Amino acid sequence: MIEARPLRYIPHTRDDVRRMLEVIGRPRVEDLFAAIPVELRLRRPLALPEPASEQEVLAELERLAGANANARSHDWFLGAGTYSHFIPSAVDALVSRAEFYTSYTPYQAEISQGTLQAIFEWQTMMCGLTALDVSNASMYDGASATAEAALMAMRITRRNRVAVSASLHPHYRQVLDTHLAGLRAEIVTIPRGEDGRSEPVADFVDGETAAVILQQPNFLGIVEELSEAAEAAHAKGALLIASVTEALSLALLRPPGEAGADIACGEAQSFGVPMAFGGPHLGFLATRAELVRQLPGRLVGETADARGKRGFVLTLSTREQHIRRERATSNICTNQGLCLLMATIYLALLGRVGLRKLAEMNLAKAEYAKARIRETPGLALACSAPTFNEFAVRLPLPASEALARAERAGIIAGLDLRPHLPELGPALLICTTELNGRESIDRLIGILAGGGS
Amino acid sequence: MAKYDIPEHLRYSEEDEWARLEGNRVTMGITDYAQQQLGDIVYVELPELGRVLDAGEPFGVIESVKAVSDLYAPVAGEVVEVNEVLAEQPEAVNEDCYGDGWMIAIQVDDASTLANLLDAAAYLKHVNDRSE
Amino acid sequence: MSGSGSPPRQASQVEVADLARDEPLLFERSAPGRCGCSLPRLDVPEVDPGALLSPDQVRADLPGLPELSEVEVVRHFTRLSTWNTAVDLAPYPLGSCTMKYNPKLNEKVARLPGFSAGHPLQPDALRQGLLELFHRLEAQLAEISGMDRVTLQPAAGAQGELAGIMMIRACHERRGERRSKVMVPDSAHGTNPASAALNGYQVVAVPSGEDGILRPEAVEAAMTEEVAALMITNPNTLGLFEEHIQRITGIVHAKGGLVYGDGANLNALLGVARPGDMGIDVMHFNLHKTFSTPHGGGGPGAGPVGVKEVLAPHLPIPVVREAAGGGFELSEDLPHTIGRLHGNLGNVGVLVRAFAYILSLGAEGLRRCAEMAVLNANYLLARLRDAYHVPYDRPVMHECVLSDRNLRDAGVTTLDVAKRLIDYGFHPPTIYFPLIVPGALMIEPTESESPEELDRLVESLLAIEREARENPELLRSAPHRTRHGRLDETRAARKPVLRWRPDPASD
Repeated sequence: MIEARPLRYIPHTRDDVRRMLEVIGRPRVEDLFAAIPVELRLRRPLALPEPASEQEVLAELERLAGANANARSHDWFLGAGTYSHFIPSAVDALVSRAEFYTSYTPYQAEISQGTLQAIFEWQTMMCGLTALDVSNASMYDGASATAEAALMAMRITRRNRVAVSASLHPHYRQVLDTHLAGLRAEIVTIPRGEDGRSEPVADFVDGETAAVILQQPNFLGIVEELSEAAEAAHAKGALLIASVTEALSLALLRPPGEAGADIACGEAQSFGVPMAFGGPHLGFLATRAELVRQLPGRLVGETADARGKRGFVLTLSTREQHIRRERATSNICTNQGLCLLMATIYLALLGRVGLRKLAEMNLAKAEYAKARIRETPGLALACSAPTFNEFAVRLPLPASEALARAERAGIIAGLDLRPHLPELGPALLICTTELNGRESIDRLIGILAGGGS
Repeated sequence: MAKYDIPEHLRYSEEDEWARLEGNRVTMGITDYAQQQLGDIVYVELPELGRVLDAGEPFGVIESVKAVSDLYAPVAGEVVEVNEVLAEQPEAVNEDCYGDGWMIAIQVDDASTLANLLDAAAYLKHVNDRSE
Repeated sequence: MSGSGSPPRQASQVEVADLARDEPLLFERSAPGRCGCSLPRLDVPEVDPGALLSPDQVRADLPGLPELSEVEVVRHFTRLSTWNTAVDLAPYPLGSCTMKYNPKLNEKVARLPGFSAGHPLQPDALRQGLLELFHRLEAQLAEISGMDRVTLQPAAGAQGELAGIMMIRACHERRGERRSKVMVPDSAHGTNPASAALNGYQVVAVPSGEDGILRPEAVEAAMTEEVAALMITNPNTLGLFEEHIQRITGIVHAKGGLVYGDGANLNALLGVARPGDMGIDVMHFNLHKTFSTPHGGGGPGAGPVGVKEVLAPHLPIPVVREAAGGGFELSEDLPHTIGRLHGNLGNVGVLVRAFAYILSLGAEGLRRCAEMAVLNANYLLARLRDAYHVPYDRPVMHECVLSDRNLRDAGVTTLDVAKRLIDYGFHPPTIYFPLIVPGALMIEPTESESPEELDRLVESLLAIEREARENPELLRSAPHRTRHGRLDETRAARKPVLRWRPDPASD
């Protein structure tokens, strides 16, 4: 049964197996599977290839990777929920330490203080960025974090209706729909206004509304007016949820907590997490102190040992599935731990001044692009309200053609808005970050105006 | 073998709660056995004043670090008093479960329903049946 | 804890020559004017945010963030890392977690720019390598499990469970049936009832039999036409194969229900038996367990879901299809889908690692995983059964459950054993789960552990059992060799301090 070929991940030799079987008191390894009824045991090998060497696997994966355009092979202007930012080298160097990435959930606190302290630092920084009191230790992604925020508001208010901006990322909206489908909940959509901001919220909130959800900046990159929404929501006993897809905006815009949001959630991938075709990313969820018991996900708290030495532990665990089971705040168990560490390191490197400068740089790039668009015949900005690093452009030719031309010039020009907002006519959602040089922006504009090959 | 304090003068429910009748008010809390099983209490969720409860109805939750348990009304009636101290000092349930660790007081219409509960001897048996 | 260097086959105290370094919080190290990042030169005109937006839309400052040089940040996190244990340092015999070795090749391939720098919304024509990988990984998982179709979208096992129960609900609704209940064994992982409740189902607990496995009679008694599904883990959380699985799934199917399989323990079955052949209609995989992707201190994982054809119409979108002109595409054309579950395509970085792992092992390697995992667990049981109480005396699969019953006279609990095992250089096994065994100690070695490593673990546990009788206080006050003694979890829960604040008010 044991083949001669050693497998690099499994140490056992024939002699090892023989010795162990003696101790167990069984003649063959097969006998250890006796509890499985004979008719259920596979009588053929799995229809999979032979074991492969590292060399062979690497070659195959390189071949597959080579067939994918990416932000190193092309100039990148595509955002729409996943952002191309520069990741400092120290981030990957540090998370590649085995003690971080091959460690487990920090249930045994005494041998997990590295992980726990880093999470405590993350929680602190997210509180600072959102101006709220408590942040959890991550959700899967921005979309599920937003869905969990809605569920949280429904539990707190004991109401079943959610008012959602039409300018919430379409995927976030779809994920919200999926999560609410089994729970007799109702979703009301707050339309988009002329200038790209959401319509005043007051008309869409009543005594049955659990929460209002606005995205900040919204799907078209536009900065929403949160305090008006907060007032309207609170007047009817509802909560305001601010969902953020571009976390870098938190370094520039008025913090959601200060504007009156009760819950801030969304995606922190911009903080040092690779785009990686959409995952693993980093959902975040933060709220006011009074609501902490309804917050899903893990929480790290400060404490001490018997000698008074400060340390950190997972806490308020009775909210979670392993204790409360069917009455848990959520079923989440595994979260996005290592991505949280990437983001914590990233925020530590950029810091109080660097992160703000980076945000201003992103804004400057976008404003430059917008200024060039305004002076280019055939192109027009789709919305008049202010934006951060993303904005929508109307084109003189079909978006698909513009994208194809751009791709031939080595540029991924943005997101075709036709599937999402056909009423705009041919249009693209364009994102500019610190990685987009002026020249590259100029080339993009030229191609969009109908130039280029 | 752990020893559990089971005062003679109280009545007990199968959910490990004690009840004390004073006039037409029943004060309740959880027993010494319950608080030992739960461990260090970290949080107690109690109802609002005026809430009307059926006998056996869950009205709140008690949490320790590693466990969660519902609290059940031992008798039917209206909640007329709630122990505010527990919000800041949940440890009172561990330290003095029959005194400072009391939870709510229920005004009963029918005081005779208390007789449905177990006396100290019956509750001791109930505890022993479940301990190994 | 530093690494261990103890020789094999000896009752060993771990030699820990530990120059334990203290390290404050980032904010306590922070000094104004430091920065760990240099930004590139701005090649476009500067803008004043307050002019573009109204001033009250712009924040003044970022007070919550520290100011540190790159050197300090690297020192900080490197020191923090030395306070963790990890699979690369020592075994984690955690039951139902399958803490197997995380291959370094997988880290390399996940970092190829063609995977790490791609965008979820880029055109399918420009990501054919990715889509081919998805297609092949789906096929691999289907073959391994005996299921018909697979979605790679769920970001973790729990999200996979959510998807699976949603699909079951959608299937019943499409049949015009309203079923309100889901059966869950009392030995189930907490995510099972939580996932059922999130779908609006009432959870009905099914008791395990005295022999630790489900009895068909118990399932039959609970199975009605109101029950949408049974959720079952096989092997179960006691490490026992559910021998009556075919009869049980038959009972559920006979009354129109479906069976959800929690795939956490799939490592015991690889290449040996397949859930799809046992009557399972839908199951999730834990790539971060069975398929070697790293745990990362709590995540990310991935929880792909396999279904039989009956549930295929309800898979989440997008689905991977072969494109008309050749190659592959993503499609949202699935009329009865439960909808989108993940904001994007799932945890792609994790999927890439698992794919590389399956290629590395092949059919033969996967089977060897199951064989050696089961061999290892039985070996541990054989060597520990005289010293520790064994609640269910049956042959085990990839994990075994012991309890602290024999130690109670000494006043020692499972928690004390776990904390003392840390002093011997191991991460403790899973404790107090499954709930049906009081004082449970659930041990899963995985196939990664050599006999020498297992012998060290056995000798440590035997030494601890002797210590329990001779010097119980040593266990109750353990661990002794870590930076911290036991941390006060009560205080953390009673007076939660969940963030650092600048004023020195905390303690």
